[in-house]
Amino acid sequence: MSVHHDLTPPITEAEARDLRAGDTVTLHGRLFGIRDATLIHMFDKDRRTRLDLKGHAVIHTAPNVKKVPGSNENPAGYAAVCVGTTTSARMERFTRPLMTREGVRIIIGKGGMGPGTLAAFKELGGAYLAIIGGAAALETTWIKAIEDVDLDDLNPESLWQFRVEGFGPLLVAMDSHGNSLYDTVNKTAQDRRAAALAAIGVKA
Amino acid sequence: MTGAATDRLIIDPRAVEEAAKLLYIRALKLLPDDIKRGFARLDAGETDGTAKTVLATMIENIAVAERNDNLLCQDTGIPIYNVTIGRDVEVDGAALKAAIRRGVERATREHPLRSSVVHPITRKNEQTSCGAQVPVINIDFSDRKRELRLEMIPKGSGSENGSFLKMAIPAEGVDAIKAFVVDRVIEAGGKVCPPTIVGVGVGGTSDLCVHLAKVAATRALGTHCADPAGAKLEAELSQAVNALGIGPQGLGGDSTAFAVHVEIAATHITMNPVAVNIQCHSARRASATFTPGGVEIGT
Repeated sequence: MSVHHDLTPPITEAEARDLRAGDTVTLHGRLFGIRDATLIHMFDKDRRTRLDLKGHAVIHTAPNVKKVPGSNENPAGYAAVCVGTTTSARMERFTRPLMTREGVRIIIGKGGMGPGTLAAFKELGGAYLAIIGGAAALETTWIKAIEDVDLDDLNPESLWQFRVEGFGPLLVAMDSHGNSLYDTVNKTAQDRRAAALAAIGVKA
Repeated sequence: MTGAATDRLIIDPRAVEEAAKLLYIRALKLLPDDIKRGFARLDAGETDGTAKTVLATMIENIAVAERNDNLLCQDTGIPIYNVTIGRDVEVDGAALKAAIRRGVERATREHPLRSSVVHPITRKNEQTSCGAQVPVINIDFSDRKRELRLEMIPKGSGSENGSFLKMAIPAEGVDAIKAFVVDRVIEAGGKVCPPTIVGVGVGGTSDLCVHLAKVAATRALGTHCADPAGAKLEAELSQAVNALGIGPQGLGGDSTAFAVHVEIAATHITMNPVAVNIQCHSARRASATFTPGGVEIGT
């Protein structure tokens, strides 16, 4: 039985463990944006951020932004133009350090992540939420402001702090109980492979 | 604008620059009608509940992008321009390439767009969507009189990372081609943002084979390989990949691919190459056709 969760991070380990594959989540409040270069610089080059990610959600993203004068509405001097997601699998080896060093609880992205991420979720308490890749025009309407930005020499792969409202529904696709919808789908595909090829004349 | 001598079409680089800029932005915002129809077809046939929801979100996104005049996807891609030069066309090739590059730089700066292009070793982003050999410009020729066609494809990286080449051997036959395509689609899973167009290159040299896969992946839905054996392979592979249950976003369902497209080239007696290049569901493209009558913008 799937459950819908409205979450306003930071969340606790128990709240993260309460998310089960198949559940849906809508996020409110704070959301951080990271991706390849951000993570490479944070963990391979040991760059530290002044932003506090403890208990928060991160989305694999690099937004289209517009430089604007700093104001209450745009405190970081950036307005969001188009914000979506990117393929998460490339960031696989950074899940564990994101959780242990920065205290991240939720990762949002597309396409799923691997066994290292699933193990980190199980051990530390976390979840992966699937957002629809390529639906950024819609997802941008859930972003209310870019509140802050760090490591901005990496732009567009900076560390972004967004304020969001009604960000979702997102699907819990990997949980802290060893469940991954991607693994289930992959197993189905492997199971169907031989019949699919036989049907088009491929000999086993 | 484009000038017309009595018997020739003369291409003004300034018009090419404007078109290159316009096409990049237009392609990022407006999905071609054949792809929209592809979504409607998949949605009508989908039996999985989660997949139906995912497809509905994608279809809603197309409408939101149009309504808000926004980009469909955050990934502005690697800009690719396919130039097809017809007969009786006078064009300064070097000026044409420079004009396309200026158009890309201006689109990036003036819209603004995220520059998704970096130096491959230093990883430095010039914030222009340009760099060495980028935008990619492919030049070909046609027999159409007094016509130059400029096609723009912003190729997203999620699906471009789903690119594969196998130099199979003749003894492995067409079975190797079929198994390779199915296995790469399984391997790519949700990472390439399905439903996809799976582009398959068969034959040629290694580089031509990979190029053909890209041509196939970026071809309009509803078009078929001109070669009968290639067209048969398209139908078979479309059936096979959609029997795998990968579904939209790799979350399960019937709608794994809009289609598998095949392009072929003759190959060597010792060779049996196959390449896969995948186009995500945001199958964006736009074109400008220059004729003596003016410039027509379309897909």
